[in-house]
Amino acid sequence: MTKFQKFKESYFLYSFKRDKVAIASFIILATLLILAVTAPWIAPEDPYDANNIDIMDSEIPPMWSEGGESRFILGTDNMGRDMLSTMLYGLRTSILIAVGAVFLQAGLGILVGLTAGYIGGKTDAILMRIADIQFSFPYLMLAIFISAIFQAVYGIGSYERLAVPLLIVIIGLAEWPMYARTIRASVMGEVNKEYVEAARVIGLSRPTIMIRHVLPNSLTSLMVISTIQFANAVMSEAALSFLGFGMPVTKPSLGSLIQAGFDFIFSGSWWITVFPGIWLVLFVLVINLLGDWLRDVLNPKLYKG
Amino acid sequence: MFAFIIRRIIQAVLVMLVISLVGFSIKNSMGDPVRDLVGERVTPEERAQMAEKLGLNDPFLVQYGRFLKNALKGDLGTSFIYRKPTLEVILKHAPATIELVLGAALIVILVSLPLGVYSALKPKSLLSRFTMGFSTLGVSVPVFLTAIMFIYLFAVTLRILPSYGRGETIDLFGNGYWQSGMFTIDGLKHLILPCVSLASIMLPLFIRLIRSEMMEVLETEYIKYAKAKGLSPMRIWLVHAFKNTLLPVVTVFGIQIGIMFAFTILTETVFQWQGMGFMFLEAVERSDISLWIAYLVIVAAVFVFVNTVVDIMYGFINPTVRIAGTR
Repeated sequence: MTKFQKFKESYFLYSFKRDKVAIASFIILATLLILAVTAPWIAPEDPYDANNIDIMDSEIPPMWSEGGESRFILGTDNMGRDMLSTMLYGLRTSILIAVGAVFLQAGLGILVGLTAGYIGGKTDAILMRIADIQFSFPYLMLAIFISAIFQAVYGIGSYERLAVPLLIVIIGLAEWPMYARTIRASVMGEVNKEYVEAARVIGLSRPTIMIRHVLPNSLTSLMVISTIQFANAVMSEAALSFLGFGMPVTKPSLGSLIQAGFDFIFSGSWWITVFPGIWLVLFVLVINLLGDWLRDVLNPKLYKG
Repeated sequence: MFAFIIRRIIQAVLVMLVISLVGFSIKNSMGDPVRDLVGERVTPEERAQMAEKLGLNDPFLVQYGRFLKNALKGDLGTSFIYRKPTLEVILKHAPATIELVLGAALIVILVSLPLGVYSALKPKSLLSRFTMGFSTLGVSVPVFLTAIMFIYLFAVTLRILPSYGRGETIDLFGNGYWQSGMFTIDGLKHLILPCVSLASIMLPLFIRLIRSEMMEVLETEYIKYAKAKGLSPMRIWLVHAFKNTLLPVVTVFGIQIGIMFAFTILTETVFQWQGMGFMFLEAVERSDISLWIAYLVIVAAVFVFVNTVVDIMYGFINPTVRIAGTR
């Protein structure tokens, strides 16, 4: 049986096809991802390029309301940037940071989790204690503290220039214990199984066993927490940017767009906040819905005939 | 048990040492204690003299030791913005944050308990489905967006609630520390929007938690037995089932209160609420290093203290916890 055939007949696809919410979420997520990746080609204008922007165009309402112009479908922000283009670029930035952060925390977490499960004993106790201690602080608070520290170290100017890599590091550092705990738990569940014993008997080294045999068997739980962590990372990035620790207004992510719009909401320019807000909520919502579905499917305890 | 308590306390002290070391290194390399004390209009010679007098030329470890000694005495430096000891500044801002969290916690309890229990008892009813749908949506909306939408709706469009600040406050103990907004109509009005927004992040989680715990309890043998005995459904639900749902819910509630404190930073920014989070961000923006390092150390100390106490209490309740630690 080829891989494709196997996939076609799997329970995974079967339950996906029967779940309307999952299908709808998947389509929306795929569309948003494509829009974000292709933003430089499909966006009406380049919001990062100061030459395109005319301050005289600022705060134009959406096309369909009074005073709107057909040039700017969703209106413009306070700097005269086209909202639609800025949102597409913003989503792109948010996704870029969230993907980076999830990879970093997964990498760190897998490294720590595998080492702890592999070496055991004192190392395990110390590593997991560190993870537990960090876990006992709210991750948002940690992320805010780490960004404050980075801002103090780098100064606001260079912080804003380095915002993307710094945000990846901040969110990654604040949220890795979740991965470490999950990996360690599944390593503990796997090490005493017979296939691991068999691998040991034929003389494979322990790192090989861990990476080639134990890790692949932990992938399902990894996938489930990855969706949650991805949604979390998007939210953290938005929160940090909103507080002024994130992307600068010249290269806004969705969070900094909402923050920029907040100043203008009292003068009635609701669209600068509302559109990026809906955009962000839609994105996080579909990830969460897919995550819920994935958890139900991949958790064998919940298999329903 | 004694060894377990000692281990936990040593661990707490170690964590605090690490955090204070991080805090102190930042303060040491970034902060300017001379400016904190006398401002910027001082000649370089006088500054050098001050620096020598304050011991700023001593080796790092000596200075760190002095920082620790002062911190234990409650002296965490002087705030540059407020020109007062940082501890005093933080203590004066704490009540605002505490009132915000209290109000939000109250809303969470009052709303999530009935809704969670109801949607467990009648999972197919319209209200339950609406509640569950709402809670899925609720998880995906960042708290600052909720807050902004509330401001736009209730303060800008309808003009029925104030959008920022604490309103009229009264001095609760007459010593100037606890300015309370909970006893005036104006103060309460100012509390509504921030508290509801802060509660909105915890509500979905609690509704789901209470619902699933309650559903689990309803499947147990003793509930079936109570039904067979012919007790009235009301009595089974409230006395037998509900009581046993509460224990895990209370545990999670304890943890989530800490997370709520983290989210106050966001809510306070939106509503310009003069609490600790707002103060912290102001301190970061105006680079009042002493103040925000003091905030970091105090918040960390509170968390470490609470966690240690909870751990030790668990050790008393659940013996496996303290055995698992002995290796």
